[in-house]
Amino acid sequence: MSLTTAHSVVAPSANSKRIAGAIIIAYALISIVPLLWIFATSFKTPPDSIAYPPKILFQPSLEGYCNLFTTRTRQTPEYINSLGPATSFCDETTRMRNMVIAGPSNFVPRFVNSLIIAFGSTFCAVFLGTLSAYGFSRFKVPLADDLLFFILSTRMMPPIAVAIPIYLMYRELGLSDTALGMILLYTAVNVSLAVWLLKGFIDEIPREYEEAAMIDGYTRLQAFWRTVLPQATTGIAATAIFCLIFAWNEYAFAALLTSGTAQTAPPFIPTIIGEGGQDWPAVAAGTTIFLVPILVFTILLRKQLLRGITFGAVRK
Amino acid sequence: MAEIRVQHLRKAFGDFVAVQDSNFVVEDGEFFVMLGPSGCGKTTTLRMIAGLELPTGGEILLGGEDVTMRRARERDIAFVFQLFALYPHMNVRKNIGFPLLAQGMPSAEIRTRVEETAKLLRIDHLLNKSVSGLAGGDRQRVALGRAIVRRPKCFLMDEPLGTLDTEFRDLMVHELRELHNRIHATTVYVTHDQMEAMSMADKIAVMNHGVIEQFGTPREIYDRPATMFVADFIGSPPMNFLRFGGGLAKGANEIVVQGAKVVVPEVREDIAPGDMALGIRPEHIRFDDTSKLRGAIYGTEYLGTTQIVAVETADGIIKARVPAEIRLATGDHVGLALSSARLSLFEKGSGRAVRTAIYDVASERRAQHG
Repeated sequence: MSLTTAHSVVAPSANSKRIAGAIIIAYALISIVPLLWIFATSFKTPPDSIAYPPKILFQPSLEGYCNLFTTRTRQTPEYINSLGPATSFCDETTRMRNMVIAGPSNFVPRFVNSLIIAFGSTFCAVFLGTLSAYGFSRFKVPLADDLLFFILSTRMMPPIAVAIPIYLMYRELGLSDTALGMILLYTAVNVSLAVWLLKGFIDEIPREYEEAAMIDGYTRLQAFWRTVLPQATTGIAATAIFCLIFAWNEYAFAALLTSGTAQTAPPFIPTIIGEGGQDWPAVAAGTTIFLVPILVFTILLRKQLLRGITFGAVRK
Repeated sequence: MAEIRVQHLRKAFGDFVAVQDSNFVVEDGEFFVMLGPSGCGKTTTLRMIAGLELPTGGEILLGGEDVTMRRARERDIAFVFQLFALYPHMNVRKNIGFPLLAQGMPSAEIRTRVEETAKLLRIDHLLNKSVSGLAGGDRQRVALGRAIVRRPKCFLMDEPLGTLDTEFRDLMVHELRELHNRIHATTVYVTHDQMEAMSMADKIAVMNHGVIEQFGTPREIYDRPATMFVADFIGSPPMNFLRFGGGLAKGANEIVVQGAKVVVPEVREDIAPGDMALGIRPEHIRFDDTSKLRGAIYGTEYLGTTQIVAVETADGIIKARVPAEIRLATGDHVGLALSSARLSLFEKGSGRAVRTAIYDVASERRAQHG
């Protein structure tokens, strides 16, 4: 007769699994519902978007997307009737609201600004962060602890507290409303995060790898490039995502320091609402498109991200 | 291949002196082992030879060339790390070829050299495998392959067998020595394991607290330990010490320990009266009821062919290695007979061995190496 135990000491019981499952589902719903709501709203018509009670089921429409990418002017029905047949779907929808398309909106250039500034600053922050983290990890840096604390302290105050001095400084330097200015600013903010995160990752990589490479005839920089960097990719990917999310979503600095040519999407999207009534579908459409790059980037790097977050928890 | 000459080498980390004034010569083609407990400075010495640490003082000469302050990559040496340091993002072939790539060797030549090396180490079937899936012994062979592929001036190894399990370790000790016999590369090997040191080394330096306590062949170190530390560190169980007092005169060959007369090798120097110790290897003790040196059996450890018997004497417990057939019971009183020709004498204060007939050769060698 074999001896069986009633429960395993290490595997969770069926009950605790059920409870954990319920909590996860509840949390997932809370997180996902607003996103789904924005996604749904972007396909509603303006009347549907403000209907009460809210419409769960509705006739989908691309009007929000049309409005997002265009600017429109109100015209008399006579004028609209005098025009030729509508040339596109958007043209037609706009005419039904007694308006005509006046031209493209600023959404595309603002979105491109966001891409340039967020990816540019992420690249700079990760590049500088990796090198300085390596330096802090491997060399005897005088006052290393104080320097690390100083680097971190740049994150301790709310952005709005430094926004005014930076605003004045940028105005003097001619960096206001420039992509370069925003890249520098986001890099400065993110580099502290990058140094701290990456130092943790690089500390975990044994020095023997570089030492072996240096004995085998490589310079320190070559050794770093060929042996440390390939093993730090997980950490670099995780750091890059965190930096990108910050730079992509940042609102306060962007609202204050950019207004025209270098304006990013976050301060631009709310301005859509003012054009011809409360155009929630257009705002929702802008938000939906705005979410896509971060989503793609995170999905592409999700393996590294997951490994990055649990990295070092259990030593191999 | 080349000779390694270390002169007055010193390394301090702040107030802590890791290596004090080390001097030794590893001759061309010699297998040299630095042996000692952790923190004795052996790894620091090795890292200074490699160029991974810069010395606080002294010189290191490789093949007659002063390399003391040269960068590691300019020294033409190879290093095998304790944790092997195989690059996890490269397969076995790339790992072994990595040092050749640094020299800018054409890839066809790298290929042939890597394959030759792999054949020598019998890992040619693993070349395209990832290093992370390899067993301990094979990882060790890849690490060795990466070291020998470049045919450097010398090999430095830092406890390369430390992480292997016993079975692999015995195998690798054998393989390493066999490899050395085939390629005759000057090798400096660091370990805290006396069995590894004894079975592989041509020469051993026993280190303690940053000082080389003794430099010699395994046989010299075992038979003629220069200090009480070496006598205690080498051998399992270690050498027994019995206290005795008084001075020694040149030419004396008898001492009195616990009221019993013991014949010892002829003393070759005068020693002022003071605390002394008689050093006896466990295998140089026999049981003899006529002996005046007596004790009671405290316990036995059966090892198959021999047994280790702990005997409680007036001066504490001493251990004897005797044939396994002898039947002994705890509490039995026994007489201890010592093999006179193999005994050592030490000054207790300094721990230094007294020059006797069997030590003369060793003393001369020690004088040479300072």
